[in-house]
Amino acid sequence: MTQNNRLSSGGRIDRSQPLTFTFNGKQYQGFKGDTVASALLANGVDIVGRSFKYSRPRGVIAAGAEEPNAILQMGATEATQVPNVRATQQELFDGLVCQVTNGWPSAEFDVMGLVGKAGGSFMPPGFYYKTFMYPQSMWDTYEKCIRKAAGLGRSPRENDPDIYDHINQHVDVMIVGGGAAGLAAALSASRSGARVILADEQAELGGSLLHASESIDGRPASEWAAEVIAQLEACDNVQLLPRSTVNGYHDHNFLTIHQRCTDHLLDCAPIGQARQRMHRVRAKWVVLATGAHERPLVFANNDVPGCMLASAVTTYIKRYSVVPGERLVLMTTNDSAYQAAFDWAESGRFVVAIVDTRAHPGGDVIDEANRRGLKVIAGSAVIEVKGSKRVTGVSVSAINQLGDKALGPVKHLTCDTVASSGGWSPAVHLSCHTGSRPVWRDDVIGFVPGNSQQKQLTAGAINGTAALSTCLQEGFQAGREAAINAGFDTVPSISLPKVDERHIGAAMALFHIPHSKPTSRAPKQFVDFQTDVTAAGIEIATREGYESIEHVKRYTAMGFGTDQGKLGNINGMAIAAKSMNKTIPETGTTIFRPNYTPVTFGAVAGRHCGELFDPKRYSAMHSWHLKNGALFEDVGLWKRPWYFPQAGESMQESLNRECKAAREGVAILDASTLGKIDIQGKDAREFLGRIYTNAWAKLAIGKCRYGLMCGEDGMVFDDGVTACLADDHFVMTTTTGGAARVLEWLELYHQTEWPEMEVYFNTVTDQWSTMTISGPNSRKLLSELTGDIDLSRDAFKFMDWHEGTVAGVPARVFRISFTGELSFEVNVPANYGLYVWEKVFEHGAKYNLTPYGTETMHILRAEKGFIIAGQDTDGSVTPIDLGMDWCVSNQKPYSYIGKRGMNREDCLRKNRKQLVGLKTKRSDVVIPEGSQAVADPNEPVPMTMLGHITSSYYSACLGRSIAMGMIRDGFERMGQTVYYPQPDGSVIEAEICSPIFLDPKGERQNV
Amino acid sequence: MFYIYCPYCQEHREEEEFHAAGQAHIARPADPDNCTDEEWGDYLYFRKNPRGLHHEMWVHAAGCRKFFNMTRDTQSYEIKEVYKMGEQPQIVSEQDSIARGTA
Ligand SMILES: [Zn+2]
Repeated sequence: MTQNNRLSSGGRIDRSQPLTFTFNGKQYQGFKGDTVASALLANGVDIVGRSFKYSRPRGVIAAGAEEPNAILQMGATEATQVPNVRATQQELFDGLVCQVTNGWPSAEFDVMGLVGKAGGSFMPPGFYYKTFMYPQSMWDTYEKCIRKAAGLGRSPRENDPDIYDHINQHVDVMIVGGGAAGLAAALSASRSGARVILADEQAELGGSLLHASESIDGRPASEWAAEVIAQLEACDNVQLLPRSTVNGYHDHNFLTIHQRCTDHLLDCAPIGQARQRMHRVRAKWVVLATGAHERPLVFANNDVPGCMLASAVTTYIKRYSVVPGERLVLMTTNDSAYQAAFDWAESGRFVVAIVDTRAHPGGDVIDEANRRGLKVIAGSAVIEVKGSKRVTGVSVSAINQLGDKALGPVKHLTCDTVASSGGWSPAVHLSCHTGSRPVWRDDVIGFVPGNSQQKQLTAGAINGTAALSTCLQEGFQAGREAAINAGFDTVPSISLPKVDERHIGAAMALFHIPHSKPTSRAPKQFVDFQTDVTAAGIEIATREGYESIEHVKRYTAMGFGTDQGKLGNINGMAIAAKSMNKTIPETGTTIFRPNYTPVTFGAVAGRHCGELFDPKRYSAMHSWHLKNGALFEDVGLWKRPWYFPQAGESMQESLNRECKAAREGVAILDASTLGKIDIQGKDAREFLGRIYTNAWAKLAIGKCRYGLMCGEDGMVFDDGVTACLADDHFVMTTTTGGAARVLEWLELYHQTEWPEMEVYFNTVTDQWSTMTISGPNSRKLLSELTGDIDLSRDAFKFMDWHEGTVAGVPARVFRISFTGELSFEVNVPANYGLYVWEKVFEHGAKYNLTPYGTETMHILRAEKGFIIAGQDTDGSVTPIDLGMDWCVSNQKPYSYIGKRGMNREDCLRKNRKQLVGLKTKRSDVVIPEGSQAVADPNEPVPMTMLGHITSSYYSACLGRSIAMGMIRDGFERMGQTVYYPQPDGSVIEAEICSPIFLDPKGERQNV
Repeated sequence: MFYIYCPYCQEHREEEEFHAAGQAHIARPADPDNCTDEEWGDYLYFRKNPRGLHHEMWVHAAGCRKFFNMTRDTQSYEIKEVYKMGEQPQIVSEQDSIARGTA
């Protein structure tokens, strides 16, 4: 196919670099410097998608970020698929592959289109809103159909091969937008020595200067831009970021910039290069020079391909050397759009007419139109477009001065392109991100940024400024002021260049073009192209009583597309306001939120994916566990051995073997992950007494004690053993997952409530490796490894700790037991952890020393009825509820944390849920954890719930299943039967018993 | 994303290093055992949720581990001041100063 719409000269494309690309499976040619949109237009491709709801054919409307229709699915391979790419922003490269997003089975012919044409009754306005109100089943029915028919793009099914980066930056002055105002701001800020970043979403900096008709200092505006850019590039203190969209403006001048580094080169980034980069910028001052978006006018069939923004026509002709048609009708409410007709005429194609809605248009442009011999039809409007897949003509009618009535007579003009302009909406999006409300200005006919909490200045068209000279002046001023505000005192001012520009006449505030029929009966007049919201739809919404613009928005889905309604929102507000007889400021505006344009997940994730998604913590013995076939369980960030299967074993068989080894021989657990907090200071002991529920005053040096920690509400939140090293020195252990929280808890109380106490805390979790050697043979084994610690029953009592050496390494050994067996916990400096562990195994071989993991640890402790905080407790359980009254002191003089809480009326009442043991009637059935207990399995739903299972296992040592769980008034119900109904309809019957299933007197460890 | 000045480190750091720790200036009752359930419930659960100036506690969790106070506008998210534990705010809302005066 040839590029029929390409001019033979001019533009900013490189004709020496032809590029081939594929759109909807067909090959086309374009040039280096094209966007996909400009290349498609050059090739005469009219239809780039089907509309969301009515499935109408749609063409390119705009030339930038505001494009609602040309939304593509990109990618040459499955792994490089990217949805939601705006053809107007994607630069062309050789081999680019893309297709329309919404269109099924093809954009040229669409089944849903018939539904749309049949009156659109399938999806009336409020369809989504109403559907969500009705039973779920209705949505299920429609959803598949809608998704398939409309399509919203798809994510790749294979891993993204590309690298994405994050970079943190701090700058003095952050300038958003590289047009006239932004460049001017950067130039003046840079002269102060301030560190400046200027970011612009386009491939080339310069904005509208790249196609402007004005001259600066007697030269084309684009030459002035090139010179300024060259000056800025030479500054060490300035970073220029083209192809970089500032997508979010967050609190305290934090901005996120989405830089597309290689998207313009290849389908996949060259090896070693990041495809995209997210800049996270903290700026002292921000200058928003984001420009403005032209508003299309709303008229009947204004979505037929060939309808475009006037400024887009200029951009395509001047920058890409593409004239998107043969015969142009321009409709405008203002002077600026005339340029499109001038550019069209200059390209040698025919301007049918300029239809000006103003009765007496009067700027310099009128004279120029007359001079060029262009026909101007004043006081009139294009009230309707003819054609379906492409514009074939328009109906023009005179309108009244208020712009709400077509006066006739209706005249037909033949054309293939309709450019329209309703004026310019300042791009206030970023200024809204931090909560600032934009303010309506009648003279601008648009919203401008409102007051902001941010250290922010604005310059140029975002302020509603139209004249180029004023934009430059505002830019110079804002850049200078930002640098001064950021603390730079010598900021040389720059003299304003001389701009040769037209005198601009007054614009007309008109948004919705009247039709000879009422809106409800006229052909569809589109407001939001991406979500297919029409003027009639908005009128229905207000008639149904949705008066807040936020409600209108939700009712119609206006602004809900991936373009956030950049083109349509103001028109929609104006139509809503008019139908309610209100002004636009009275109706209010909707709020724009980040992100300004869609951001890829890759850029959001950066390097935080795969192995780097989340930090992992390993004990010093991890390599041994790997070598010995451990399977791992995540506990917090830790990778803990779960169990150590041997060849041919099922999981249960492994657990049975590990449990039996601990009860009958000797077994070892890597317990290094337990939180360890070193506590020192003369008030350390008193502090422990205030934090734990039990007594600590008399704990002697060389002893350790188990403690429970509660919140002020009296609910258990952590537990562990704390050892007394000296009168002013303790080591506390916490649960693996609770370590950080406990340390912060200690700091909180010390710093806020008891700062007078002399006590210091530090985490030593990573400094120590901990191995628990458990079982009847544990003493024998350990005695082979230590010569200086007397392990005998009387010298080393239960709950004692001793310092000495193990395998020649300095160690702290605790005689504590979480298994109920004779057990020694050996702590050695982490750097020796693996060495000592391996030494223990060298000696342990003859005892068949068996490593076990967290699962066996859980079973062994459950056999003994020991709780795990966070598993058997859930923040609603007091020590009393756990049957652990023995761990609560009422003698302590200080009202420790939790004491008052657990004595609240609600904690003392009868009938609380309490922790008990549960024995299933069938010994081989293991009750699933979380199962709910009921007294009568035949009670009609909703049944009376008694509690739930917190821990449940098969115990090989007991030859039956065991469980712990909460039961209402459980202590009083010993021996009673409860039932656990299961999702499959079965019911498990169990008897309430003591949670201590094994060795209730504690004789096994007492040897 | 806030930019927070830690009064102990005496530097601005990113919000990622901190977390909020609830309303500031809530003293633990001196004699909890003699509080009524209602008084204890007030201490435990009842918090202000003002639109505007709010005094809250933050902790420099991934930094110096110190708790400190912040006066923040909950509407604009502007941080008006930070001050150390045990100190009083310089900036208070009108309502607060009235309450303070009568207290
Ligand atoms: Zn700090």
